[in-house]
Amino acid sequence: MSNIYKALQERILVLDGAMGTMLQAYKFTEEDFRGERFKDYPSPLQGNNDLLTLTQPEAIKTIHGKYFEAGADIIETNTFSGTTIAMADYQMEDLVYELNYQSAKIAKEVANEFTAKEPHKPRFVAGAIGPTNRTASMSPDVNDPGYRAVTFDELRIAYKQQIEALLDGGADILLVETVFDTLNAKAALFAIEEVKDERKIEVPVMLSGTITDASGRTLSGQTAEAFLISVSHIPLLSVGFNCALGANLLQPHLEAIANKTEFAVSAHPNAGLPNAFGEYDETPEEMGEQIEEYLKKNLINIIGGCCGTSPEHIKVIANIAKNYKPRVVAG
Amino acid sequence: MSETNNQQPTTNNQRRYMKLSGLEPLVLNENTNFINVGERTNVAGSKKFLRLIKEEKFDEALDIARHQVDGGAQIVDVNMDDGLIDGKEAMVRFLNLIAAEPDICRVPLMIDSSKWEIIEAGLQVVQGKCVVNSISLKEGEEKFIWEATQIKRYGAAVIVMAFDEVGQADNYERRIEIAKRSYDVLVNKVGFPSEDIIFDLNIFPVATGMDEHRRNAIDFIEATKWVRENLPNVSVSGGVSNVSFSFRGNNGVREAMHSVFLYYAIQNGMNMGIVNPALLEVYDDIPKDLLEHVEDVILDRREDATERLLDFAETVKGSKKEKTVDLSWREKPLQDRITHALVKGIDAFIIEDVEEARQQAAKPIEVIEGNLMIGMNVVGDLFGAGKMFLPQVVKSARVMKKAVGYLNPFIEAEKGEEQQALGKILMATVKGDVHDIGKNIVSVVLGCNNYEIVDLGVMVPPEKIIEAAKRENVDAIGLSGLITPSLDEMVYLAKEMERQNFELPLLIGGATTSKAHTAVKIDTQYKNAVVHVNDASRAVTVVGDLLNKNTKNEYVAKLKKDYDEFRTKFLKRGKEKSYISITEARKRKYKIDWKTSEIVKPKELGIQTLEQLSLKELVPFIDWSPFFRSWDLHGKFPDILTDEVVGEQASIMYKEAQEMIDEIIAKQLLKPKAIFGLFEANTIHEDDIEVSKKPNRNVVSSTAEKSGNKFIFRTLRQQLKKREGIPNIALADFIAPKETGKTDYMGAFCVGIFGAQELADGYRAKEDDYNGIMAQAIADRFAEAFAEYLHKQIRTKHWGYAADETLTNNDLIKENYKGIRPAPGYPACPDHLEKETIWELLDVEKQIGVSLTESLAMWPAAAVSGYYFANKEAKYFGLGKITDDQVTDYSTRKGIAKDKARKWLHPNLAEE
Repeated sequence: MSNIYKALQERILVLDGAMGTMLQAYKFTEEDFRGERFKDYPSPLQGNNDLLTLTQPEAIKTIHGKYFEAGADIIETNTFSGTTIAMADYQMEDLVYELNYQSAKIAKEVANEFTAKEPHKPRFVAGAIGPTNRTASMSPDVNDPGYRAVTFDELRIAYKQQIEALLDGGADILLVETVFDTLNAKAALFAIEEVKDERKIEVPVMLSGTITDASGRTLSGQTAEAFLISVSHIPLLSVGFNCALGANLLQPHLEAIANKTEFAVSAHPNAGLPNAFGEYDETPEEMGEQIEEYLKKNLINIIGGCCGTSPEHIKVIANIAKNYKPRVVAG
Repeated sequence: MSETNNQQPTTNNQRRYMKLSGLEPLVLNENTNFINVGERTNVAGSKKFLRLIKEEKFDEALDIARHQVDGGAQIVDVNMDDGLIDGKEAMVRFLNLIAAEPDICRVPLMIDSSKWEIIEAGLQVVQGKCVVNSISLKEGEEKFIWEATQIKRYGAAVIVMAFDEVGQADNYERRIEIAKRSYDVLVNKVGFPSEDIIFDLNIFPVATGMDEHRRNAIDFIEATKWVRENLPNVSVSGGVSNVSFSFRGNNGVREAMHSVFLYYAIQNGMNMGIVNPALLEVYDDIPKDLLEHVEDVILDRREDATERLLDFAETVKGSKKEKTVDLSWREKPLQDRITHALVKGIDAFIIEDVEEARQQAAKPIEVIEGNLMIGMNVVGDLFGAGKMFLPQVVKSARVMKKAVGYLNPFIEAEKGEEQQALGKILMATVKGDVHDIGKNIVSVVLGCNNYEIVDLGVMVPPEKIIEAAKRENVDAIGLSGLITPSLDEMVYLAKEMERQNFELPLLIGGATTSKAHTAVKIDTQYKNAVVHVNDASRAVTVVGDLLNKNTKNEYVAKLKKDYDEFRTKFLKRGKEKSYISITEARKRKYKIDWKTSEIVKPKELGIQTLEQLSLKELVPFIDWSPFFRSWDLHGKFPDILTDEVVGEQASIMYKEAQEMIDEIIAKQLLKPKAIFGLFEANTIHEDDIEVSKKPNRNVVSSTAEKSGNKFIFRTLRQQLKKREGIPNIALADFIAPKETGKTDYMGAFCVGIFGAQELADGYRAKEDDYNGIMAQAIADRFAEAFAEYLHKQIRTKHWGYAADETLTNNDLIKENYKGIRPAPGYPACPDHLEKETIWELLDVEKQIGVSLTESLAMWPAAAVSGYYFANKEAKYFGLGKITDDQVTDYSTRKGIAKDKARKWLHPNLAEE
């Protein structure tokens, strides 16, 4: 496999778009989610998108393939909720290793196919590590601000299990994303360092936070720069933001960090803000125009899409990105 | 991944700056002058903060943090290191609460502890990039590297103390040697970012009068310069107020010293520190002459710089500094002199001043009611405002007593007159308990606030307390106790007072008492006021409120309500704990592999006494921290001597204690005696330990039984339900069971310090309560030191299982040795009844004269007894709560009535 650091020096790398949005189009029913293997499972399973890796693997492979075809260099595994903490909602804690392992394996197979076809453009798999559904530095109980629903150690252990399975399945990169509580992310980074140390390996790590609204802060209250400082103790491949905002609203926050970090900078914004029906309706062309602003300002090394984006969006973005040089990474 | 060299390349030549974050960034750059760290949220440095944390008043504690940030602190230091609080829990709780206050957590935090587990717990709850305060090479490179690696993983910067295996750096060379070595280890072995390293190069006081302290400031400044020039990217920090420590009380000089010190330290690269902005003068505003004197001292420019500054300091405006030789106060008016003598605790002139006052007064009593009371009111006000400390108040009382003692014959000559006290307080240490230091301190404090004290002494039976209270017509009763059975005595007395329709307030104090016990067990027995007063400084205000005719009803009602609420909260907060049966607990006992575990046969089996020991041998073994605690001065020795708040007072007391110790040793005023025995022993029936007084060989076992050869210690087992793999321990687990076929060993001991009571009484007869209390406190320290000394002798000589042990005294105090010496009545074995077995086994009373009271307290009070366990896996633990099945089992094994067992194990019963 070619070195992603080399590729990063040469060009702007393109990340894939939304997995969830693409899966919605399949309109999978409860039975489809269950498949044969989980037909008698005690809890309802519809909505457990990560499970589709096991029950509808062809759909997942097809979506990965479409993004590569659209021009993506990096695709994300279907493992956004692949921790014991998030899987507790479906009572599927015991499946965590298998879900992550299989998701990475499938994604890697598709990536290898494309790399074989176009050896000059190696494709990479990023193991997606979501934020879980709990926050380590905020209390869910307004009457008890000192309470915490999850501890650092619980997160660290859960993340470690996910990380090990993703690496075993063949992920090239680890992507800690949609970070709304920096402490959760720090637990993930801690777990990554433990795994690196135990296995005596190096793994490129991408880290992507989420600025939740116009306040310009993460859900846990940090400014973009404070967030950057809080996660820069580990050597990262890239740092950046994804989700919650469309490309234009995200720009000031990218500007806030781009000249303050020695790491590469990534962004995968939503296709605008959701409309009254909760749908994202920014067209590929509209989004492309916004993204071009980033590139003109030389803010970006890795660019992709989050909620509401499709292979069409990625195709437009990839075509624009070709015309620009990547942001110079220090050193 | 097969690639190597994936690390982000960094530019080496460019200077790198530390970046920290709360909700907002704190980024140093070439223009950053000085980062000010707020340190009022530190239990070791702020008495108020400590109190708030102890009382779980976290809202008010948050206000202190907020106040710091509002006042300009750019980083907030949080420290929860105090023996009386669960530091880890308090740290986590407080940091979690801070996280919910955006106006506080916008700045980075500094997690400050000497305990790694507290630091790590703190790092796990903070989202921003914080600073760890601190780590050092003190305990070697391996621990240093491990901690630094973890800190890096948690994403924090770190303060490194200039401290190594040899000790704390106190000169220029040592500072740079340790800094260099620490830096090299961190950067090269750990890969720690150099910009995240902050050195604390130890700021020590100057102008102490000692030659070796003269270069303290200049060495720090020069070392700072060296570090900043030679160790790229690091920061240098320190606690600035230490430097002016010897000028406490003279803020004018202190402010100038801080400014001068910072002026030069910052010029030379100090870029962070703990500074009280209120104690800082603008450098340019320092008068030229003062500046010159201060710079002479800070920069060590003249041989006689200290003397010159001391002399000059007297003239500095705002100077409150009193030199011991300064007798200018003798020229003031009479009342001022009397007040001065009382406030300063100077008794040298009190007789002549009182005589002068007597001659001016119409009646001698007026001197007490007038002159002396005016002075004592000043003392009371200063004390109430926290501007005087307990030992100073006790000294004031000494002066007061001397004055009253002189006046008494004159007053009696004009008989019929009696001084009208504010109220009459009965004080007693309850039945079975002999400890009275705390009670004596409270008595003195109340006494010098014009309360009449009826002190019934120690081991006072309840009927005597009741009878004396009626006969003397007292206004309040104060009870004290140190050992756990005393708690029951207090409950009993409250019941008696209720039954006999008393209306007097009841005050509860002593080391074993607590607000929780008072609220839950005592307050409920008595419909009138019950107050827990563990802090002597509170006694005056509490009693004042209780006896104030106008407001007392209101106060008592408020008190009752407060205790009621506290009780409700306390009972509710009791975490749901579950327990396992004793049978189950035994299955989960602490398992030592007896096939491989080393058993060392003692070199000297049998019983020995030790009566010819010089006290001098014990001095190095003294742990001073509890000594200061008994005077309500909180902090760790020796740090307490330089403490911001109590340091000055602690230093004085420490010096006086040394003087008394010298006298005690020279005149042999205290006599140490000890007895110990080492025996063959095996665990039988899981939880009992059978001890053979004489070795078993050649002795037919049945005759041995009859001749009293076998003794059995009954141990108690933890029953709290624990996680898988965590054992439920009993002391018996540390001795090989009989069925292993191996002979194991254990020991028992008792040490006592004789003569303390006589010595203290001697001082009291001279109206010197201060030294009376001091003598008792020193005797207590000697008893503990003796126990430590003897344990070392056992380990290295008599038993000899650790013959090659080399530990410093500090290691001993921290219990870093192999083997344990648990004492009946303490957490691992809370049943005091087991002392009776030790007494029989060693024949303690007959051999060395230490006896047991009916509550099984030892007499003389300065005594320690316990067991020795030598297995290297033996460790201290707390029994925790036990359930009824073990109580039944225990009473059967021990052959006592279950009610008796329940009475003695009362504090450990789960259903209570």
